Amino acid sequence: MSSILNRRRFLIGSGVAASAGLLAGCDILPGNDTVADILGLGEKLTMASQRFLLSDQALAREFTEADLSPVFKSNGTHKPDSDEYDALLANGFADWRLEVSGLVTQPLSLSLADLKAMPARTQITRHDCVEGWSAIGQWTGVPLGLVLKAAGLKTNARYVVFHCADEYEQTLDGSGQYYESIDLVDAFHPQTILAYGMNGKDLPVENGAPLRLRVERQLGYKQAKYLMRLEIVESFANFYRGKGGFWEDRGYEWYAGV
Amino acid sequence: MTPSATQPANEIPIRGRTLIRRHSLAVRITHWINVLCISVLIMSGLQIFNAHPELYWGQYGADADPSIISLGAERDGETVKGVTRIGDLSFTTTGVLGASIINGELRPRGFPTWATLPSYRDLAEGRRWHFFFAWLFVINGVVYLLYGFFAGHFRRDLAPRKSELSPGHIAHEVIEHARLRFPKGEAARNYNVLQKLAYLGVIFVLLPAMVMTGLTMSPGMDAALPWLVDLFGGRQSARTIHFISASLIVAFILVHLAMVLLSGVFNNLRSMITGRYAIDSEGKST
Repeated sequence: MSSILNRRRFLIGSGVAASAGLLAGCDILPGNDTVADILGLGEKLTMASQRFLLSDQALAREFTEADLSPVFKSNGTHKPDSDEYDALLANGFADWRLEVSGLVTQPLSLSLADLKAMPARTQITRHDCVEGWSAIGQWTGVPLGLVLKAAGLKTNARYVVFHCADEYEQTLDGSGQYYESIDLVDAFHPQTILAYGMNGKDLPVENGAPLRLRVERQLGYKQAKYLMRLEIVESFANFYRGKGGFWEDRGYEWYAGV
Repeated sequence: MTPSATQPANEIPIRGRTLIRRHSLAVRITHWINVLCISVLIMSGLQIFNAHPELYWGQYGADADPSIISLGAERDGETVKGVTRIGDLSFTTTGVLGASIINGELRPRGFPTWATLPSYRDLAEGRRWHFFFAWLFVINGVVYLLYGFFAGHFRRDLAPRKSELSPGHIAHEVIEHARLRFPKGEAARNYNVLQKLAYLGVIFVLLPAMVMTGLTMSPGMDAALPWLVDLFGGRQSARTIHFISASLIVAFILVHLAMVLLSGVFNNLRSMITGRYAIDSEGKST
């Protein structure tokens, strides 16, 4: 085979190089931190305008039982992969406790029975996944606002951080642990509930048993499953990678109203 | 930039041609910002679509529910094949839709790498680009609409005259376009009726439909404007209409670019950059 670079080969080679360069060029900007910061202005504008347009109490649409999805898709973790969770599940979550700590005057440790004894809210709402699909489910639980009032917030409290039982990604530094956070506007919204029931039954394992968050005016990844601990904080900057949630740490918007 | 039958003082005929002022500065700037925004919105939109390359009708729709359009991948022996399905029709679209080459290997993927922003799979990045440029697109669009109404651009340049809307005239224009015979001389001063209708359709139907269906996909906006979701028959219907409208915009862009190329690419580009458009000053009409 001749090693002489003939014109045809040269043209093919440079064509491939040029298109590869073009494609790489298209991907240089998406990988750049400064560009990400500029584009992040979109999220700030979205949050500011939605908070302006949307009263703190405006409800997400509620549906009827006739609208329920035949199958409510289970996404993300289907069952936490830990001996601790297996033991809780084996015992019907009788030993499970929801810890409420941080900037509160009265730290709490609530059993499932404690939560079920509190006033409940049931709502049929649409769950919108960031991927684009939607499902309609019925949720029963205790309004988060009631739990926060029972714990008593300190004046510098700003966010609720939800610590979950599932490690969604195996990482050396533990940053693959699922967690989420919302601010107090969303935390005290009437439809923001800690749900232990779904479609008239106990919350199934694949949908987050024994307790999950519903924050209905935001996307699916905010609806943290397998809740273990609520931590009331002034800032979430020190948790894991500092963006306020498992998916936020991987580039998704913290304000997931769109 | 008012086109008129009498020749304005600043129009100088040179060798049988006259350079007229065709596009105002506001139209030129908003046009090119729009080119940038729509290019990024389409490519990042395809990235977002790839996260769940199926479309549904109604309030909900996920894996277990019947979709009306899907770009799927099926096992085909050792390899995969791309299958595009629209209702009951399905087509093998391996290499382009449903399955295409990623790092030298055929893999399941809705739209191919060359069509999406970024090329690699990254929903978060695609969304960041989509929403930033959606804001820019909306702000640019509002500036254009305000200019269009208040400076008389819509009334003067885009509103069809009554005589232009007669079926005979429209049929004549369609035939002339099909034969690639474009208006010359005085007739080239203004948009023809097909241009007017196409531009009005895009400006007042397709692009607003994109923005409105886009808003309905936001759970926050749904709580603020529940009537908007109802208007499109549910969140998943709105998502489907968002995608169909985007396809129609792509079709418009292809025809628009073809017309620019066929009717004089240099003259058209110059008019959209400098505002100056050359017409045949003899007023010959073929």
